[in-house]
Amino acid sequence: MKKNIIELKDVWKTYRMGDVDVNALRGMNFNVKNGEFVAIMGPSGSGKSTAVNMVGCLDIPTKGEVYLDGKNIAHLHESELAQIRGRKIGFIFQTFNLIHTISAKENITLAMVFQGVPVDKRNKRAEELLNKVNLSHRINHRPTEMSGGERQRVAIARALANNPDVILADEPTGNLDSKTGKMVMDFLRKLNREDKKTIVMVTHDESLAKYADNIAHLKDGVIVKNSGGN
Amino acid sequence: MLIDYAKFAFNGIKNRKLRSWLTMIGIIIGITAVVSLIGIGQGLKVAISSQFGNIGTDKLTVTASGGFGPPGTGVVNPLTKDNLEKIGRVNGVKVAAGRLVRSIKIQYKDDVKFGNAASMPEGEARKIIESSFDLEPEQGRLLEDGDRKKVMLGNNIGGESSEFEKEITTRSKILIEDEEFEVVGILEKTGSFAVDALVFTEDDDLREILDIPDKEYDIIVAQIHQNADIKIVEEDIEKLMRKERNVKIGEEDFTVQTPQATLAQVNSTLFAVQLFVYIIAAISILVGGIGIMNTMFTSVLERTKDIGIMKSIGAKNSTIFTLFFIESGLIGSVGGIIGAASGIAMATGLASVGRLLLGSELIRAEISIWLVLGSIFGSFLLGTIFGVIPAIRASKLNPVDALRNSK
Repeated sequence: MKKNIIELKDVWKTYRMGDVDVNALRGMNFNVKNGEFVAIMGPSGSGKSTAVNMVGCLDIPTKGEVYLDGKNIAHLHESELAQIRGRKIGFIFQTFNLIHTISAKENITLAMVFQGVPVDKRNKRAEELLNKVNLSHRINHRPTEMSGGERQRVAIARALANNPDVILADEPTGNLDSKTGKMVMDFLRKLNREDKKTIVMVTHDESLAKYADNIAHLKDGVIVKNSGGN
Repeated sequence: MLIDYAKFAFNGIKNRKLRSWLTMIGIIIGITAVVSLIGIGQGLKVAISSQFGNIGTDKLTVTASGGFGPPGTGVVNPLTKDNLEKIGRVNGVKVAAGRLVRSIKIQYKDDVKFGNAASMPEGEARKIIESSFDLEPEQGRLLEDGDRKKVMLGNNIGGESSEFEKEITTRSKILIEDEEFEVVGILEKTGSFAVDALVFTEDDDLREILDIPDKEYDIIVAQIHQNADIKIVEEDIEKLMRKERNVKIGEEDFTVQTPQATLAQVNSTLFAVQLFVYIIAAISILVGGIGIMNTMFTSVLERTKDIGIMKSIGAKNSTIFTLFFIESGLIGSVGGIIGAASGIAMATGLASVGRLLLGSELIRAEISIWLVLGSIFGSFLLGTIFGVIPAIRASKLNPVDALRNSK
C-alpha cells in the first residue's frame, strides 16, 4: 500500500469579503497517494483553486491540517513554505505564468536560482528539460515569441526544474486548442507513468478525467464524491 | 546568487529603458550639480589659498577700515607714518613697511588701461615685500632705493603675457597718470593674480603723481621675529592702534590680520556659498530619490504577476525584496556614475570658459577621487533608501493574489 503524499484534514478556508465571511473550503478531506494522478473536478466557485493552492503551499488554511510528505505545513513560516514550493512542487497554470521579459531557458533556470543551484548545473538541466519537451530550438526565445502550446511546454519544463515529487496543474489545457491540449495531457501522463511523479490536476473538462487514476468531485468546498478514472 | 539577482535586476532596468532613463535624470542632475559645483568651489579654495600662501606666516598686515575701494584706500582716517614707526617698535616686530596701493591709469603707446599701483618701501622694509611676494625679475632688475621715475611691472602688465597690444619690455617708457616712467624690470609670474597685475613704483613717485600726503599709508606690513608669538604681537599692535586712533574695544576702525585670518575669512565666505549649493543639490537629489521610489512602486505594480510567479516557483519574501532593492540601487548607481562623469566634464568646461572670459588663472576645477567615489556611493545609497519601501511592498505580496493579477 502506497503512503499518502498529500493529506488534507478538515481544511477550512475563509475569506473576508467586505463584511461577509466566505467559506471557500468547508472541512475538506482529501488524500493523494505517492505516484497517483488525481483530478479535482467541480463547477466554478466550488473551491478547486483554493484547494490546489493549499496543496501547493501557496496558501495556508484558516483551520485544519495540510500534510505534504508527512509534514504539516499549515503553520509554517512564509520562507519555509517558499522552500517547500521550490523543492517539492512544480506548478503548471492555465495562463502558463511565464515571465515575459526573459528567455525560455532563463524562465527555467530562475526556479533553480532560488534553490541555489550552481550556474553550469542549472544551465545543463534547463537544456535537458527543454529537450525533453521538444523545445531545444526555442531555448533563447522569449515567451511572447512562442505559441500557447510552446509556452505551456516551457512551463512544464520549469515545473520539473528542481525535480519535485508533486506536479500541480491548474486547468493546464484551458488556454490551448484540443490538439495541443492532448499533447500536454499525454506529456503529463508520461511524467506520471514513467517518471513516477504525483500529479494533481484541477479541471472542469470531463474529457480530461480519463487521464486520472482518481477523480475528486468538489462542490461548495467539500468533496462530494470520489470516483475512479480510467 | 547575488550576481544572478543583480543580472535579473539589470534586466528589469533594461526592459524599461525609457522609464529608467527618466528616473535617472533626477539623480544625474543632482550629482552633476554636486560634483561640478563642489569641484569648482574646491578649485577656488585651493587657488585662493595659494594666493595667501606666498605672503608667509610670519607677517601681519594693518589696514584702516571704514572706507570704500581697495583695502586701506579712501578711508576716513588713514594709517599714518607715526603709526608705522610705532608698530615698528612693538615687541616682536622685526621690521614694519608702509605701502600705498592705488588705482591708476596706465598708458603705453596709444593703449590706455586702468590698474593698480603699489609702492615699494625703502631700505630693509623693501626686502620684506620682495620676499613675501616672491618678487623675481624675469627681465631687467628689481626696483632699488632711489629709482625715481622708474617702475617694475607684474607679469600680466609687461612681458610676453602682457595685456597691452604692444609688448612692454625693459627700457620701455610708459605713462602713469600722464607722467612718464621707465620700465626697469618685468617680474616673473608669482602665482598671485593680484601681484601679477600690479605696477610697482617708489613711494615718493606714487605720492607725487596722486598727490598723497607724506604721512599717509594704505597698508602696514609687519614682519615678526622668528621666535615671537604672532598672536601676542597681533594683540599688542591692536592695543597700540586703539590708543593711537583713540577708539574703544569693539569699535576699531582698523584691522590687524594674519594671512591665516584673512584666509579663514575668505574660506568662511566660500563655505557659505558652498553650503547654499549643497542645499540646492540636496533638494535636487531628494527629488531624484522620490523619482526612484515612484518608479519602483510602479515597477512593483506592473510586475505583481511576475512576483506571484516567482513566489510560486520558490522565491522567498527576502528574495523578492533583494531583487527590487538591487534594482533601485542600480538605478541610483548608474545615475551617480553618469552624473559624476558629466559633473567632471561640466566643472572643467565651466572653469576653462571662466578662465577665457575673465582671464584669471584663479578659476579651475579641483575634483578629488573621493568626491567622485563619494557621490557614486551616495547615489547608490539614495537608490537603496528610496527603494526599501517599494521592495518591502513587493516582498509582502500574497502569492495567490499576485498570481490572480492580470497584466
